[in-house]
Amino acid sequence: MRREPVLKWVAKPVVFLLCLFPALRLTYDFFTGGLSFNPIDDLTDISGRWTLRFLLITLAVTPLRRVTGFSPLTRFRRMIGLFAFFYAMIHLAMHVVFGFVFDIGAVLRDIPQRPFITAGFVAWITMLPLALTSTRRWISRLGGRRWQRLHRLVYVSAAAGVIHYFWNYKVTEPGPVLYIGLAALLLGFRLVTRMRARSRPAAA
Amino acid sequence: MLIKKPDDVRSSEITPESVYRNRREFLRAAGFASVVSAAGLGASGCAEAEVRAASQLGPYDTDEEQTPYEAVTGYNNFYEFGTNKDEPARYAHTLRPRPWTVQVDGLVRDPKTWDLDDLLAGFTMEDRVYRMRCVEGWSMVIPWYGFAMADLVNKLEPLPSARYVRMETLVDEEQMPGQRRGFFGYTLDWPYVEGLRMDEARNPLTFMALGVYGREGPNQNGAPIRLVVPWKYGFKGVKSIVRISFVGDEPLNTWQQENSREYGFYANVNPDVDHPRWSQAREERIGELFSRDTLMFNGYAEHVAHMYEGMDLRQFY
Repeated sequence: MRREPVLKWVAKPVVFLLCLFPALRLTYDFFTGGLSFNPIDDLTDISGRWTLRFLLITLAVTPLRRVTGFSPLTRFRRMIGLFAFFYAMIHLAMHVVFGFVFDIGAVLRDIPQRPFITAGFVAWITMLPLALTSTRRWISRLGGRRWQRLHRLVYVSAAAGVIHYFWNYKVTEPGPVLYIGLAALLLGFRLVTRMRARSRPAAA
Repeated sequence: MLIKKPDDVRSSEITPESVYRNRREFLRAAGFASVVSAAGLGASGCAEAEVRAASQLGPYDTDEEQTPYEAVTGYNNFYEFGTNKDEPARYAHTLRPRPWTVQVDGLVRDPKTWDLDDLLAGFTMEDRVYRMRCVEGWSMVIPWYGFAMADLVNKLEPLPSARYVRMETLVDEEQMPGQRRGFFGYTLDWPYVEGLRMDEARNPLTFMALGVYGREGPNQNGAPIRLVVPWKYGFKGVKSIVRISFVGDEPLNTWQQENSREYGFYANVNPDVDHPRWSQAREERIGELFSRDTLMFNGYAEHVAHMYEGMDLRQFY
């Protein structure tokens, strides 16, 4: 199978740079004083939000293809998924490095104690195997079907991620509610298509 | 014909009388200007005079590096002007700190509504450099300008039956746009209410602040008069106070009413009692890169711990 050179040499690098842009912007703002008076909080907040955005984009790929019959995003899904993990790592690193100053024991003890932290940890730990098995080699090693089943863990990541975001706030804010709504929509789509697929043979 | 209304002159442009009166002290303090240059954190090149040099600090002042004026007045929780930290600084110009009245009622010798300047008459203004620890896990060192709350309590003469003092923030959607119902029809229940036990109100640390950095205002820090209780989480510091009531029963403060599992009446800074959603063991000092340990009673245990002897601080959080 021959790869289209446009995809490989133009489209993918462009998408790559677009996905990297928030991180570059954050780095620039951090060193030039462009963040608020609590830059650590900003870095944590913004990297977390980009994690959720990229997760939701990867989840939107299949519904878009089903509904429109065409989805240019499919070819970039792996890259976008890996960027979600990249921003999740920045987010986690801020927590461990600046929040806990490398006290890993305290970080671990903290996880089961607070539902807010538990949800964030679940979101991250379920993304980890997906990032590790994102290569072509892992697809063939696991077999397409098993690999696909494993990668449905992303549903858990997204659900836990938006709940983690919602619980972060002291009062109900439109932002996290919107993310929960989008995640519910995208996960609900899968539930509906699955239920339809199951009821079809019975009807036929 | 263009007539400039008084409102067009922002209060921040007027040199407060207090500064004018104390200009010698003010200039001396300015001599000790220290430039904050935390590596990588050069947020807006903050350079502000610290209020006093270490040699001039009073018994309750901390000698820790004071958080720059720009951060103290630009990073605020004041939901009456919006829930984002930068919104109070952006929107608080609509608040009119004068004329201002304070209703004093309840178990008090002479219940009446005071004009603020009459209420303040006779008090000696001073600076207090206190640590401020927010329940969200960040902290500052703020030079407050105001007077001891004990003086106010003495002036108002509560009856012996008064066991608590309850304080309310202004309710006025015009002056406080954050009080309008939001997109989801949801905000806090106004007015913002806070309270203290009478012994807490009389503790020498408890402070009524008119402003920061040696002068009144700015609005986003709770003008024209607010509470400062340095050993408690910041939300106890009710701002823009319009009502002070002396009562017999423990008042239901706003955040406890909002979520009693997460916020209580006492709200003493305590690294060993975690907020259900985040740890309180550490804090992010504004201007520093790495978090630091949170101190029991925010480092004021020697002055306040005796008030809570025999109390289970896990139960009374």
